[in-house]
Amino acid sequence: MEKLLEVKDLCKSFGDHLVLNHINTTINKGDVLCLVGPSGGGKSTFLRTLNLLEVPTSGQIYFEGIDITNSKTNIDEIRKKIGMVFQHFNLFPHLTILENMTLAPKKILKLSEDNANNKAKELLKRVGLIDKINTYPNMLSGGQKQRVAIVRSLMMNPDVMLFDEPTSALDPEMVGEVLDVMKELAREKMTMVVVTHEMGFAKEVANRVAFLDEGQFAYENTPKLFFENPNNDRLKSFLSKVL
Amino acid sequence: MENILKALQLNLIKDNRYLYILDGLKNTMIITIFATILGIILGLIVALIRTTYDNNKKSNSMNSISQVVLKIANSLCNIYLTVIRGTPVVIQLMILFFCIFTSREVSGVMIAIIGFGINSGAYVAEVFRSGLMSIDIGQMEAGRSLGLSYIDTMKYIIIPQAFKVILPTLGNEFIVLIKETSVAGYVAVQDLTKGGDIIRSRTYDAWTPLLIVAGIYLFLTCVFSIFVKKLEINLRKNERK
Repeated sequence: MEKLLEVKDLCKSFGDHLVLNHINTTINKGDVLCLVGPSGGGKSTFLRTLNLLEVPTSGQIYFEGIDITNSKTNIDEIRKKIGMVFQHFNLFPHLTILENMTLAPKKILKLSEDNANNKAKELLKRVGLIDKINTYPNMLSGGQKQRVAIVRSLMMNPDVMLFDEPTSALDPEMVGEVLDVMKELAREKMTMVVVTHEMGFAKEVANRVAFLDEGQFAYENTPKLFFENPNNDRLKSFLSKVL
Repeated sequence: MENILKALQLNLIKDNRYLYILDGLKNTMIITIFATILGIILGLIVALIRTTYDNNKKSNSMNSISQVVLKIANSLCNIYLTVIRGTPVVIQLMILFFCIFTSREVSGVMIAIIGFGINSGAYVAEVFRSGLMSIDIGQMEAGRSLGLSYIDTMKYIIIPQAFKVILPTLGNEFIVLIKETSVAGYVAVQDLTKGGDIIRSRTYDAWTPLLIVAGIYLFLTCVFSIFVKKLEINLRKNERK
C-alpha cells in the first residue's frame, strides 16, 4: 500500500493546553479514515495540522514523502494537492459559484479560462448544481453551499480530501445530499480524512474509524469492529451517548 | 438687495476676481483627489503590514528572516501612525515646505498633495485594518487551503471584501479631506480658502468672499455626502442579493 500521509509523534498545544498528544498514524492511498470523538478531543486540530492550517508544536507530517513541517517546504505547493472542506463552507461571497471554483485553478494550475470553466461545469453537473453556476453563494442553501465547496476543492485534483465536520452546520434534511457526494467520492477511491458525527456514514463508507480523545488516537479499528466490539471504556461510553 | 449686488460686483466681477475662487477651487479639488489616492495607497500598505504581522504572531508560520523584516516594518508603521496622528497637519505641511522641499522646484500644490496624502494615509490605514479584520478567518483559511499564497489570498479574496465594507468610510475620509485642505494656504498654495482671503484683502469686504467660500465648501461636502449615502445603500442591496 502506498503511504500518502505519515504522522510522527505529532504534538500541538495552545498555551499550556496540550491538544494533540504524540500522535502517530499513517494514511494510505485510498483510505477513508473517519475521526470521531468528544468535542475538545483534538479531531479538528489534528485534521487542520495535516495541511498546516495549524502549525504543530512538535513532530513531523510527511505528505508523499515530503516533511511539510519543515520550514523549507513550500506549503502552497503541498496544499494544492490537499483539498479541504470546512464546517462553515467558506465560499467566497463576492464571487459567483463559477468564479469560486475557477479562481485557484486559474491562478495556481494555470488552467485557461475555457478549460477551467468546462471543468467547473462538469463538476457542477455531477453534484446537480449546474443551474447555480452564475449565482452568488448567499443564494444557495447550506447543503448546496457545501456541495459547491466540495467541488471547488476537487477542481485542484487533490490527492487527498480533508473534511472538517462537513455536515455539522447543516439543517438535518440537507445532510443526506452532502453525504451522497462524499460517498461517491469514496467509491471513486479518493483518499479522505473525515471528522464527523455521522456514525452511519462512518459505518458505511470508512475503512478505518479512529476515536480521538484527550489528544490521542485512543482506539482505531475497522468500522465493523469499531462499532460492534469497541475495546475501550471511554469509546463505549461515547458510543452509548451518540448511537 | 442693491447692496448685495454691489458687493458681488466688487468681490467677484471687478478685476475678474472670481478667478481667485475658481482657481482656488481647482487647486482644492486637485489636492483632495490626489491626496486621497495617495492616502489609500499608503493606508493599504500600512494596514497590510500590520494585519500580516498580527496574523503571523498568532500562527507563527514564517521563517525567521521574514519575521524580522516584518517586525521592523511593523514598528516603522507604528511610528508613522503615532507621529502623523499625534501632530497637527499644518505643522506637517510646514515641515515639508520649509524644511524638506526647500528648493522650490516642487510646487506648493505638489507638496500639499504629498502632505495631505501622508496624513490621510495614517487614518485610512486604520480604516483598512478594521476592514481586513472584519473578514471571517475562514476566508483566509479557504484561500490558503486551495493552495493560494498569502498575497494572492489577500489580493483576490480578502481585500475585495474588505474594500466593500470600508467604502463608505473612505468616502467620509474624502469629505473630511476637502475641508482639511483649507490650511494649504500656509504653504503658499492658492486653494479655495486662500482665494477668498486674497479677495478680502483687496476689497476690504470680509463678509462676501468668506461666505461665498464657506458656501462652496458646504455645497461640495453635501454633494459628496449624498453620493456616499447612495453608495452605502447600493452596497447593502448587493449584500441582500
